[in-house]
Order: sequence, then C-alpha cells, then structure tokens
Amino acid sequence: MAALNLTINGDRLETAAPDHWTLLEVLRYRLGLTGSKQGCDKGDCGACTVLLDGQPVLACLTLAGLAQGRAVTTIEGLMPAHAREGKSGADPVQDAFDRCGALQCGFCQPGMILSARALLNANAHPTRAQIRAALAGNLCRCTGYTQIVEAVEYAVAVAAGVEPAPRAWETPRARLTDIEEQGTRRPSGQARP
Amino acid sequence: MKSFEYLQPTTLEEALAALPTSRDPKERERVRLIAGGQDLLTEMKEHLAEPDLVVDLKRIEGLDKIRVQSDGSLVIGATCTLAALEEHAHVREHFAVLSRAAGSVGSTQIRSVASVGGNLCQRPRCWYYRSEQIPCIKKGGAECFAYSGLNKYNAILGGGPSYIVHPSDLAPALVALGAEITLRSATQQRILPLERFFTLPSEGRVQQENDLGPGEMVVELKVPSLPAGAGTWRSDYFKVRERGSYDFALAALALALLVDDGTIRGARLCLGAVAPIPWRADKAEALLVGRKVDDEACRLAGEAALAGARPLEHNGYKLDLTRGLISKALRQLASS
Repeated sequence: MAALNLTINGDRLETAAPDHWTLLEVLRYRLGLTGSKQGCDKGDCGACTVLLDGQPVLACLTLAGLAQGRAVTTIEGLMPAHAREGKSGADPVQDAFDRCGALQCGFCQPGMILSARALLNANAHPTRAQIRAALAGNLCRCTGYTQIVEAVEYAVAVAAGVEPAPRAWETPRARLTDIEEQGTRRPSGQARP
Repeated sequence: MKSFEYLQPTTLEEALAALPTSRDPKERERVRLIAGGQDLLTEMKEHLAEPDLVVDLKRIEGLDKIRVQSDGSLVIGATCTLAALEEHAHVREHFAVLSRAAGSVGSTQIRSVASVGGNLCQRPRCWYYRSEQIPCIKKGGAECFAYSGLNKYNAILGGGPSYIVHPSDLAPALVALGAEITLRSATQQRILPLERFFTLPSEGRVQQENDLGPGEMVVELKVPSLPAGAGTWRSDYFKVRERGSYDFALAALALALLVDDGTIRGARLCLGAVAPIPWRADKAEALLVGRKVDDEACRLAGEAALAGARPLEHNGYKLDLTRGLISKALRQLASS
C-alpha cells in the first residue's frame, strides 16, 4: 500500500492503493470515476483510454504510481475543462458524438472521445485517414465506426466554422426536411432536380 | 496481478543496484524493470511474470533522450518512447526506416508510453507461451507445442527447439541500420552489435531471446549514419498485418537501398516476424549490389533471404508473403 498523489482532471488528490494497482483500478475503485471502462484489461480494446499529460494512454496498462506528478484527464474532466474556458455545454467532441449518434452500447465511447480529443488538440484539421489512424486503438464491438469518424469530422467542421459534410444516414429525404424548415420549400408539384 | 514492491529510482546506479546478479533464473525473475510497461503488465496479468520488485526507470534523468551526434549518428536512450522516436525530425529525415518501424507498433496509446528498450526486450506473442496453463519450452517445459500444433504465426527460419518469432518492429530496422546496443550492470558496461544481442533458441538459452546477463540492463542504442556513397540512401519499413488497424506483423522487412542512377550501390535487408531473431539477409544484400531492380533481382533477393527456410504445417504462406514483400519493397524504394 502506498500513498498516491495524483492530479485528476485538474484536481490534486491524495489516495492510497496497493503498488500493483493500475491507474484504471485507482480511478474506478478508489475515486469512483467509472467513466473509464474496464474492457479487455490487457491493452487490446482502448476502452480505458485516458490522457496523461495530454497523450492518450491505456489506464489498464499504466501502474498508478507511474501517473504521479503527471496530469490525468478522464472523460469526467472534459466538460469541466470546457466550462473553465468560459464556454457552455459539453466538450465539442462530446457534443459531436451526441449529434451524430456515434454510439450504440456506449462502452467504447469515453475512450473514443478521449483519443479524438487528443488528436484534435494536436491537429485541428485531420484528414479522414488521420482520424482513423488516431482511433485505431479503440475498438467498437457494435462496429459503429462510420458515425464515430463522422462525429470527429463534425467536431472539426464546427471548430472551423464550416458546414459539416452530410453524414451517411442523412438521406435525400432528411435533407429535404431541413430545407423545408428553413423556408425554402419548392412549390408543390415541381419535380425534384 | 500478484502484488509487488515498487521502486522509483532517480539514478541509473540506483536502478542497477536493485538488479540481482545471480545466474539462477528464478532469482533473476524476482526483479523486473518497467518503462512503458506495455508488454510487462500484460505478462504480469497473465502470471507469466511475477516479480517481487518492479523498478520504474521513467524517473531517471536523460534516459529517454534522443541525441544527434556531430557526425549525424544517433544515440537513443532506453526509455525513449516510440512516439518520440517516430516523430523526431532528424530520425524521420535520415533514418526513415526507424521512424516508420516505430510508427507501425501497436496503437497510438501504446506508442505514447512504450519504450525503445522495452520494445527490443519484449517477450514473444506465441499463444502457447502467452497461455498461463501451457508449460511450453519457453517457460521451462520440455516441448514447443507450436511445432506440431497451431503454428500459423510461428517461425519459418531459425526455429528449434522453440519456434517463436521475435515480435519487435524496431529490431529489424535497427539491425538493418547496423545499430549497437549498450548494456550496463552495476560493475561493467558492454557494447555489442544489436545483431549479436538477439540469440537463437538453439544457441542454448531457450527461455531468453537475447544475451542480457545477470544484473544487466539496456541503456542506449547507437545508430551510425549509413555510409556515404554515390547516390542517395532510401529506407523504409514494410509490415504485413492480418488486421489493418493495429497488429503484430505476419512478416516484415526493414530495407535500406543506396541507389545511383537506377543501380543499387548498397543494400541492407532485415526480416521481421519470420524467425526467433530479426533475420538479417546479408546474402541478399550482397547479390543486390551492382544490379538494377528488375524481376531477376527481386527473385534472387527473395531466394537468398529465405534460403534454408523450413515452414511448419500452417505457415507456408509466409514464404510467398515474404518473397512478395521483398519484391514490392525493392521496387518501391528503387523508384521513389
């Protein structure tokens, strides 16, 4: 058992855990931060991804002692960090995942969002290939990858102040509805181009 | 994971003093070094490693640095992360094969903490070895179960009595570049060619993939500049994976070519994931010099690199895969 001095989501915390506990175990079972998920627990799935000094790491393969003196960001910390910057609502990446329906069961989502956050912090305008590479270590067993990549692209577009590209599920019908709402409805009976 | 004591030394001397100097493998296994821990923790969770003491190297000042010497050569500290190696501007420009090999390892999360020393000393991925219940020859048992079992991912070259393949991506790149490895113990320092650091299972120590002695640890890698000559050196790392996102290699090739007006003036070839050690193909290197990259050169290089190959029941595909990889890599580098 050792005392641990950790900085989690900007808070300095002191706790104690056996030396062989991982950062993931301390987060979940000492600090009650259960947003970081315990999936495979051996570095295959990425569900436990947290940021360590801004870099995505696997909390299940990080000894808690190793995280001392470094800044840990978990999914619980994104919204407060966003608020500290004087902005309202969720982190734009969280918001984009919400708007794009980038989840099915949701288990991979905290890790996905943190990997995406780290990517966008380093590169504000990633290509689709770069997004896919940055998220390669996060597995989604529901295989909802299309919406997940779209969500990251949506967050990029919003940050850049440009119109997001149409998403895969946006059928011509859904897009026509958008046009109608904006009051640009075609005269009835006119053929669609 | 079994509990252990955790030591966080701030000097190399302190870390080395904690390492047992006994030749008894049981005694040596009582202490393990950790940097990124991306291999060690998976071993500990599967009870393949159960140390009483874990020594964390990450607080040792300077051990994670990459230094560029005045002659352009590199000195890479053992705890340097794969992400730092991949992104280093000088490495990218002058040692492309090394940057590309580092970038091909695992996922972003793994590369951001995994260390160079740990990558070279990681244990094999063979599923018989990784399964706690199976007393294979790597764990002191009598038999290599892969030999007559499920051996799709095992060695086609240099196998016996164990048929593991070395899982490192950095190792073929560093061997191709002619790197030297520095090992330190509390009382001495050894520098040896990295090629000689890795040992075949037939060379006596079946349970170990390298020449690390009692009380020794990897301290740094020295990577010389490729020798100057007519033309320009180009290098790259070619890795075939079963899964596109991230995976260990089915076969890999570290290749550097000195090409002058279409003619090869120098070549370095080292195969990965086909043998228990990074497999330097020096005969292939020699016959490529003076040739242009054409069908004949590709065929001869593939033949020479795979001379003596003895595939097992399920891994004959690695012969075609490796031949194809060599051919593709030669054409790509010669025309780039």
